[in-house]
Order: sequence, then structure tokens, then C-alpha cells
Amino acid sequence: MKKSFLLNMGPSHPAMHGVIRLVLELDGERVLGAEAEIGYLHRGFEKQAENDVWNNVIPYTDRLNYVSPLLNNVGYCLAVEKLMKLELPERCQVLRTIACELSRITDHLTCVGASAMELGAFTPFLYLMKAREELYFCIDRLTGARVTTSYTRIGGVKADMPPDFPERVVAAFRVLRESVKDTEALLTRNRIFVDRLKGVGVLDKETALAYGVTGPLLRSAGVPYDVRRARPYLVYDRLDFEVPVGTTGDNLDRYLVRLAEIEQSLRIVEQCFDRLPPGPVAVPDAQLLDAGLMADLGKRGKTGHIFDARAGTDPVLEGSGEAEKPLIAADQPDSVLPPKEEVYNSIEGLMRHFEIVMPSRGIVPPPGEAYAAVEGGNGELGFHVVSDGRSRPWRVRVRPPCFFNMAVLHKLLVGSTVADVVATFGSINMIAGELDR
Amino acid sequence: MSSFWVDALWSAVKVLGAVGFGMGLAGILSWVERKQSALLQDRIGANRADILGYRLLGLFHMLADPIKLLVKEDFVPPQGQRFWHDLAPGLSLACATLCLAALPFGDSFELFGRSWSLRPLPMGAGVVFVLASLSVGVHGIAMAGWSSASAYSLLGGLRGAAQMISYEVAMLSILAAPLFLYGTLDLAEAVRWQARTLWGFLPAWGLLLQPLAFLLFLTAGAAETKRAPFDLPEGEAEIVGYFVEYSGMKFAMFMTTDFVESVVLAGLTTALFLGGWHLPGLGLLGLPQPLFALAGVGVFAAKVVAVLWLLMQIRWTLPRFRYDQLLALGWKGLLPLSLLNFAATAWVVWGWTR
Amino acid sequence: MKDPKALLGVLRDAIGLGVTALSGAGDDAVLSVEQASIRRALEVLKAQGFNVLVDLTCVDYLGYGKDERPAPPSHPYLPQRWASPPKPPHRFKLVYRLLDLDAASGLERGRITVALWVFDERGGPSVRDLWPNADWLEREVWDLFGIGFTGRGDLRRILLYPEFVGHPLRKDYPIDRRQPLIGPKEAPRPEEGGDLRPAP
Repeated sequence: MKKSFLLNMGPSHPAMHGVIRLVLELDGERVLGAEAEIGYLHRGFEKQAENDVWNNVIPYTDRLNYVSPLLNNVGYCLAVEKLMKLELPERCQVLRTIACELSRITDHLTCVGASAMELGAFTPFLYLMKAREELYFCIDRLTGARVTTSYTRIGGVKADMPPDFPERVVAAFRVLRESVKDTEALLTRNRIFVDRLKGVGVLDKETALAYGVTGPLLRSAGVPYDVRRARPYLVYDRLDFEVPVGTTGDNLDRYLVRLAEIEQSLRIVEQCFDRLPPGPVAVPDAQLLDAGLMADLGKRGKTGHIFDARAGTDPVLEGSGEAEKPLIAADQPDSVLPPKEEVYNSIEGLMRHFEIVMPSRGIVPPPGEAYAAVEGGNGELGFHVVSDGRSRPWRVRVRPPCFFNMAVLHKLLVGSTVADVVATFGSINMIAGELDR
Repeated sequence: MSSFWVDALWSAVKVLGAVGFGMGLAGILSWVERKQSALLQDRIGANRADILGYRLLGLFHMLADPIKLLVKEDFVPPQGQRFWHDLAPGLSLACATLCLAALPFGDSFELFGRSWSLRPLPMGAGVVFVLASLSVGVHGIAMAGWSSASAYSLLGGLRGAAQMISYEVAMLSILAAPLFLYGTLDLAEAVRWQARTLWGFLPAWGLLLQPLAFLLFLTAGAAETKRAPFDLPEGEAEIVGYFVEYSGMKFAMFMTTDFVESVVLAGLTTALFLGGWHLPGLGLLGLPQPLFALAGVGVFAAKVVAVLWLLMQIRWTLPRFRYDQLLALGWKGLLPLSLLNFAATAWVVWGWTR
Repeated sequence: MKDPKALLGVLRDAIGLGVTALSGAGDDAVLSVEQASIRRALEVLKAQGFNVLVDLTCVDYLGYGKDERPAPPSHPYLPQRWASPPKPPHRFKLVYRLLDLDAASGLERGRITVALWVFDERGGPSVRDLWPNADWLEREVWDLFGIGFTGRGDLRRILLYPEFVGHPLRKDYPIDRRQPLIGPKEAPRPEEGGDLRPAP
């Protein structure tokens, strides 16, 4: 009589993918059954979102899928903008697209790097981390932070991009392409690596669809479903990119799909830079004043000096002058911050600024509910927001793609060995922040 | 002085020299590992330890690490068995160090009317001795796995034991071919056999005469000593292995065993395939006999270092094998290939000697 | 593209007045269904081709539309204040989000959302035999809202620990409530028969 024993891959374990507990039923080295216990990183995002104004929920969304924070930012804002029926200007949409794709690249780099390291290939991990560092530097220049970006605002983005951003990103992409090429040289045709991943953790189409799995897992199983293609948002319907699809749905296909998606994301960002609408146009006869100086003069009552001046805001600080504002935010006075000239020049502008920014006020969407989905790093990342006409959300529900990927994990693990558990688990790209919220 | 005491003193000198060589290289290997991996991975590596402000490229880490590990708590899991837990690393290290005794560091030389051997323990069947010592080392692994009361270390220990046993069989089978060619089990004789030249200029090293055996032996040796890409039993980041419950100096002893076994493997490879202490042009220097023999020791050391460098490069390039793939490689890959190699060698030798 | 009105017709044929309303249009259409006919409605929809359960969640409408603060006078430069929304029929609304995905082309053939109003913890019937991911989704709804699902065993918490008291996403659970402290427990020992599996 075979007696199986239970092995606990407990919440703290060396395989680095966040806190999760896997209870494996083993017969020797074979896995007979697996059960995942999640919730170790449950921080109450949805409850907290009901307790804070609409714009202040955005920093909480950073912490959901913390390796691709910009995707969460964009997803939440798209849902609320759908509720409020806001139209975004073209430049703002392109900036959001660039941000999304940069985040997607960091997500895939982290996933591939970490799972390579868990399999013993230490060097490709560090090559990909070097590439990711370059991207984090770019994201830092754009948003002000590497990971907790909070780049989008409801109705627009925080600020325009700095003028040297395209060159910086192009330089980063050069390093990135080289690192990814080195990694591919070390791994993709490496017999040991391929043997570790091929045929392991196979997910077939029917199971994937039954479990609501989306993203690279579904695409590696052979279904070419990508939210960017099926329900285009932002500017994706005008961009030319491919959706890589695998065939067998094993770990190797997931690895290859993710690498291919990195290349496609690079293409998307390059196309976005080509079709970026022109930047702010200077008003020729207005004097350019630094916005801080403008505020100073306004506080001292010297409004005559600032009446005709144009605010020179730093591109990466929040808020914009009159020239930048129509490019980065929707034309809705009660939902987006007014330009600095109005804020420092008129009482109405000041009132509007504070009404939007103060924690007890904030923007107010109409009552109702809306659902918007973006293509996250792991699949369809959906936000369902319910409003009751007040300044705080009534309900914010995140449809986390990792949740469904983890729900199907127990099926992938049956029949593999303990060593395969680590490989499969790594290829699912479970991010505890998104799984548990 | 009577011959017995001279012999005893010389043996003591050789043993200390060999152990010093092994342990010293093991220490340097820990530094090399950090620096070589750093070079490969485009980073700097450990460079913080300094004495009086001199960093010396991080070499003081070799001193800092043992000090750190010595002062750590000696922890035995509450359900574990203390005796076996303590014995396991000692046994592993002892067996690994014992193998150093058979390595042929240099040729024998004549001085003061008697012949001095440069092998720590002159024996007629060095190869067998080394393999036997490595076999006893398996006990250390199994003991470590059992005595730490943890499912993970148990699985890791059993895995490690099974892996080592499979690859010992493979190693012996691979070595059958070159040993057949050299006609001896004695390592020093094997080196002397390789000192001849083929066609006037090529040294008759095992690398050139038995290339397949060389590759197979390196593979099997790396698997035997659980070096990457065969380090599944000790795959730390992945599925913790048999020394998960070890800390402090006992853990350091396991790590040292790893490095000393690498030195032994490199020494064995050098002796059997790379010509040992023999360097083609060394005789042209016209050194007197004793100095010539000592220069041979230097050549041997250099070759060992070269093989170790190669093993390190492989470690940081390739991912790990999965356990069943590892065993399949040993039994279904290396073993049949080695038998084919042996058959081919035997056929060629028979044809040559006719 | 599946037309929501056509689906409404199909459901009316199947369950009659069990489907009470259709709101929204296109991909955002919402069908409201009665508690008694929800199982049949979902079976019909699955038979219509909705092979993916995208999401299953709940919204608690306790206190919806009651604005404690008096509305400030409207001003041209201040954010608009909205009139009070209509009072919802029951306290909880379960939202089933379904997707018809064509596996060959990867295109969506239609999306529909089914809203089920429940007024207490009896919730609705489980659909984990129709869509297996409903297993975890229903456990999450139970965990955070306390809405039960009939027809399935093993309804236990998924995100919170077993000793948690209450259902936090309900509106009557204050955000700053403290939970009773639980001390450390002995880890179960499998070799003595302890069970490593997560407790209910």
C-alpha cells in the first residue's frame, strides 16, 4: 500500500516569488496532489479603496502587481474614466501606452530571470536584472519613482515626459536587447534548460479556459487572446504588434512567449515614440516664469507680475502649465488639476485645485458602475468600480489574473516531481501583491 | 638518520604539503567562485573585507568567512540526532581530504643516494583508492540527510546518495579505457606513460588519445562531486538539500568538502588526461633533477588550477539538471558511451600492437 | 458579437420572469436575475457559449445613496454634486462576469454580466461544476462578504486566516476594527498524524 506524505513548501521558502504556501502530497518524489494556501499578503486593498478619495486609490494600485505598477495605475484610471465618460487627449494616451509597455517588460524580465535562477542558471538572471535596471531608470525619469509609480491620474497622467526621455529609452533598449540576446544564447537552446522545462506543467486549452486563465499562460496553451487585441484600449488599435502564441502550454512555451512579448513591447514603445503628438507649444508673447516663483509672487500679492506670465513647470513634477495641460489631461475642469497659471492667478483656480486635492473632497464620478480591463503582465487585469456619487469609491474590485493562474496550479503540478514544482511555479509568475491584494 | 625516520619525516612533509595544497586551493576557490562569477555576470563581487584599509581584491574574504562561520551557533534540530549530525560533515571532509593522498604531485627524484617520491602516499592503485574514498564519502551525505529531522533534507540526502553512487559506477567505467591504454592503475605510472611524444612533437596526453573519455570523465566527476550543473542535492534556491539544517562550521565543512572534492577531481583529471607534472618543453631548461621534479609540482598545480577554472565557468553558465534527468544521463548516457569508448580503445590498441 | 437583447430573449424563454432587467449595452450589458433562477440562467448562458467565468464578486449596498453630509451649494468651479442614486432592491449584489471566447481566433464573441441581488447570507447556488475557477471565487466571496453558496462543501476562507472574526468587506465592518489576538500554535506533525492541509 503506497503511503503518501505531505510536504509543506511553506510561506517562507527560498523560491523567490512572494509568500504562498503549497502543500504537496508526495509519493517519493512524485506529486500526487497539491493545494495552495494564499492570502499571506492580503492587505485589504478593496476595503482601503472604499476609505479614500478616488485619486488617492492610485498609490494603492501601485502595490498590487508590484513588478508592473503602471499597468495597475492605468487599469484603475481607465475604469473610473469609463464611469465618468472622460475623453483623453492623444498624447496622454500614448504616454500611458508607453508606460504600460515599459511595465510589461519589467514584469516579464523579472519572471524569466527569477525562474532561470531557481533552475540554477545564475548568470542569465543577472543579465536580465541589469536590463531591468535600465528600464527602472527610465521609469524613474518619467514618473519619479522606480516601483511605486502612481503615474496616472483620473483624467490624465501626472505630468508630461521629460524632453530627453525618448533618447534615454532608446539607449536603454539597446542594452536591453543585448542582455536578452545573451540570455537567449545561454538558455533557449540549452539542452539542460529545455529538458527542465519541456513537457512540464502542461496546461491545455480547455482547462485554461475553464479556469479563466488569461495572459501568457493562455497564449502559451495556444489561444491567441490578448485584451489589447480583443478589446483595444488607449492607442493599441492603431499600433502594429504581434501576439506570440505557444503550442503545448508547457513551461518552455511560457518562457518563449514571455521573451517574444518583450520584443513586441519594445516595438510598441518605438512606434509610440514615432506617433507621439507634438509637445507643449509655447505662447510666443508670454513671459516664462518658474511655477514656484509664480506661486511665491502670488502669495506676496504681486499678481500684476504673473498675470501675463506662462508657468514653467518641471516636466516631472505633478501638475502642468496651461501649455501642457491639454496634452496630458482630459478637458474636464472638475476632474483634473487646473493649470498653474489659473491656480496662482485666480481664486477659482485655487479653489478648484484644493477641491480636487483635499482628502475630504476630491473628484466625484456619477453614480453607477463600470468595468475596464487591461492586459496585465499575467492576463486580463480588470477593475470594477462602483460609485454612489460621492468623493470616495463605493467599491473597487480588482480582477487579479494571478488568482486564476494560481487556481489552476494544482492541476499543473500533478504527476511532476518536486524539482518541477519550482520550475512550474516560477513560470506562472505569481505575484503575491496581485494574488492577495 | 635511520631510513625509517627519514621516510616518516618526508611523508609528513608530503602529507602536510598535500593537505595544504588541497585546503589552500579550496580556500582560494571560494574567492575565485565569487570573483569569477562576478566577472561573468557583469558585477564586482565581494570586495569589502579589508585589513588596515587594504582590500586586496577581496582576498580577505577567505579569512573573514571562516571566522564568521566559526563563531556561529552550532545548531542541531531538536528532533535530530546529535552524534550523526556532528559526524556527517567530518566524515565527508575526511574522505575528500584522504583522496589527496593518492595524487601524483611530481616525479620521483634522486638525492643523496635515495629516491624521493613526490606522492603523499605512494600506492600501486591510486585510482581505486580515490574512488573508494569518494564512495565512503556517500555515507556523510546520507548521514546528514537522516540526522536532520526534516523532510527536505531527507529527500536531499537520498537524492545525493543515489546520485553519487550512480556516477561512481560511471566514473570507473569511463576510466577503464584510459587505464587500459596506460596499462596501469598507478597514477604516477600513468603520468609517466603520458610523457612520451606522438609523432615527435605531440605529447601523448590522455586529452589527445582519449578525448571522449576526458569529456565523459569531467561530466561524471562533476556529478560525483555535486558541482553544477549537477548540484541538485544542494540546490539551495530551489529545493533545499541535505544541509539545510547545518549552520556554522559544520556547514563550512560541507562547503569545503565540495571544494576539496573539486580539487581531487581536477587532480585526477590532470593526472590521467593532462599529463600530470609533464610539460613538453620543461626538460629544455636543463634543471638539476630535484629542481626539475619540483618544477613538475608547479606544472601539476597549474594544470589543476586550469581544470578548476573550467569547472567554475561551467558552473555559472549552465542551469541545473532535474533529478531524473541527472540519473538518466549517468546510467543511460555516460555508461553506454564509456563502454563503447572502451571497446573502441581496446580494438585500436589490439590493432596497434599487432 | 452576442447581442444582449437576444440573450435576454433566450433567458426569458428558459426562466420566464426570473430575469428581471437588462441594463447597459454591448459588452457592459447587465442582466439582473432572481435568486431562484440564477442556476438555470447560468446553465443556459454556459450552453449559449460563455465558456469563461471572468469574475465573480459581490457588492454590499448597505447605506448606498445616503449622504450624511448636506450637499454644498453648487458652484461653477467646483466638482459637480450628483443627485442621490436610487435605493438598491437588496443589500448584496453578486456579479457574475462571463465571456465567450473563441479559442481558435482569440477574439471575444461576447461578454455579459449577470447581477444577482441577495439579501442575506444564503447567497446562491454554487457554479463550480460549470466553471472550476468559481471554487476559489466563491470562497473569496464567502471570506470577505459572508455570502454562502449552496451545493458545495468546503466553503472556507481563502484570503484571511481561519480564526478571523467577521467578514471585512461588508459595510458594517469598520475599517479600523481590531481582531482578537491569537497565540502561536503548535505546527502539525505529519509523522504523528497531524494534517498539514489548511484548516477550514
